[in-house]
Amino acid sequence: MSDLIGYLLTGLGIGAGFALVGSGLVAIHRVTRVVNFAQGGFAVLAALLTSTLLSAGLPHGVAESGGVALGALAGLVVGVIAIGRPGTSPGTSLIVTLGLGVLAYAIEVLIWGDQPRSFPGLTGVAEVGDARVPAHYLLILAVTAVVFALMAWFFARTDPGRALTACASNRYAAQVVGIDVRRMGLLAFTLGGALGGLAGVLTTPVQQVTFDSDVTLIVNGFAAAILGGLSRPMVTLAGGLLLGVTQTVVAGYGGGAYQLEVALVLMLTVMIVQAARTGPVPEAAR
Amino acid sequence: MTGAIDISALTVRYAGATALDDVSLTVPHHGLTALIGANGAGKTTLVKALCGLIRPDHGTITVDGRIAHVPEGREMFPDMTVDDNLRLGGWRTRRRDTAAIYDLFPGLAALRARRAGTLSGGQQQMVAIGRALMADPDVLVVDELSLGLAPMVVTSLVDHLVTLHTTRDLSVLLIEQNARLALDLCHYAYVLESGRIALHGPAPILARDPRVTAAYLGGHIQVTDE
Repeated sequence: MSDLIGYLLTGLGIGAGFALVGSGLVAIHRVTRVVNFAQGGFAVLAALLTSTLLSAGLPHGVAESGGVALGALAGLVVGVIAIGRPGTSPGTSLIVTLGLGVLAYAIEVLIWGDQPRSFPGLTGVAEVGDARVPAHYLLILAVTAVVFALMAWFFARTDPGRALTACASNRYAAQVVGIDVRRMGLLAFTLGGALGGLAGVLTTPVQQVTFDSDVTLIVNGFAAAILGGLSRPMVTLAGGLLLGVTQTVVAGYGGGAYQLEVALVLMLTVMIVQAARTGPVPEAAR
Repeated sequence: MTGAIDISALTVRYAGATALDDVSLTVPHHGLTALIGANGAGKTTLVKALCGLIRPDHGTITVDGRIAHVPEGREMFPDMTVDDNLRLGGWRTRRRDTAAIYDLFPGLAALRARRAGTLSGGQQQMVAIGRALMADPDVLVVDELSLGLAPMVVTSLVDHLVTLHTTRDLSVLLIEQNARLALDLCHYAYVLESGRIALHGPAPILARDPRVTAAYLGGHIQVTDE
């Protein structure tokens, strides 16, 4: 029983990371219709910078914020390159993000090398029931809960949030009322970068980070996001958490080697079911 | 002559096909002007050029003051509330207070928290007009006011439009497939055919022009009228 509670909590913590990466994908896709394959890279960049800042002696909090800010900046840069030219089709932009993701590998290896890095997070062990879990997992969950609540408020209650929602809801109508949809797309990329960066900064203390950690993150994040048709942040949260728990339970009782396969099987199942129901999943630009 | 809208020698081509060919048109200040034409005549292209959504290949468009657009098909933000739809109409002008719109369309007040996608066509058209008014326009471009709506609903919308025109000094360009409605309502009209202005003149005169009655008003109706 204590094993199960432990797996559940660590699974939720890992899943929260997937959910953050996935919600970044959603934030970008619902506004721009672009599936951003550089999304995992934001997390890696943010985590690597945070490790450098911490070893340079910056305090916790400042270093992590620096990492998230780099994620946001990277998001903006990818956005400018991917959708900056008016009339670029979402398909073309997707390939651009894929290329930038690979370019990021080269930059990361040049600066940080190819060895895994990590940094300490919240220390200590929390006791939940009779299970003992590293306290950092609870921090991940708390931060994720706050971030998703803030996002819900932002999209529904603030002017830029409403404008982003409007672009997602009806792009043509957004243009009619004078919203600059390209600028909103760049804002979405920046937001997606920050969310990806946050995922990297939060999960690295319990997972380590390498230049190619983005593959695990993007596959799991995409699997979580596709559950909500790449357009619903809250479903993505649920999907990410479910995925994290399933993987930890599978790894705990079965074998750790199958973790990524769980996500792939889930993703393929969802995509096949959705495709059978509504046609190809990510509709081309409206 | 300078009006609220001046379009001069406008030409728009899509991938080789000419959608608008040398179109010139004026909407006078405080005027109610109609643009009628069949499907595919180029009306929507003209609206898009007018609202800056596409760039013309030739010609100039001058708008005196602020322009707002009630698009064809109403183009709601379907999963957002009526109030959010209206509020987004004030995006350019940073106007966020929707109370004046509910004074204008009292029927919308009770629906303010409803998702716009769940409203009837007539209610959506009111939201679309209200959303355009949130931009405090000097010129209102209304694209297919009557399309897909019941005659009674259209009558009520027309009443609203006329009230707006007179009380707010709005200049209106009404783009309509329903030529009878447009010619009854407006002072002046242009007829667009295959991307060119085929005819234009005061609406009462155009309504009696045999070329208009035959093509747009249904010839037999005119015969029974006389």
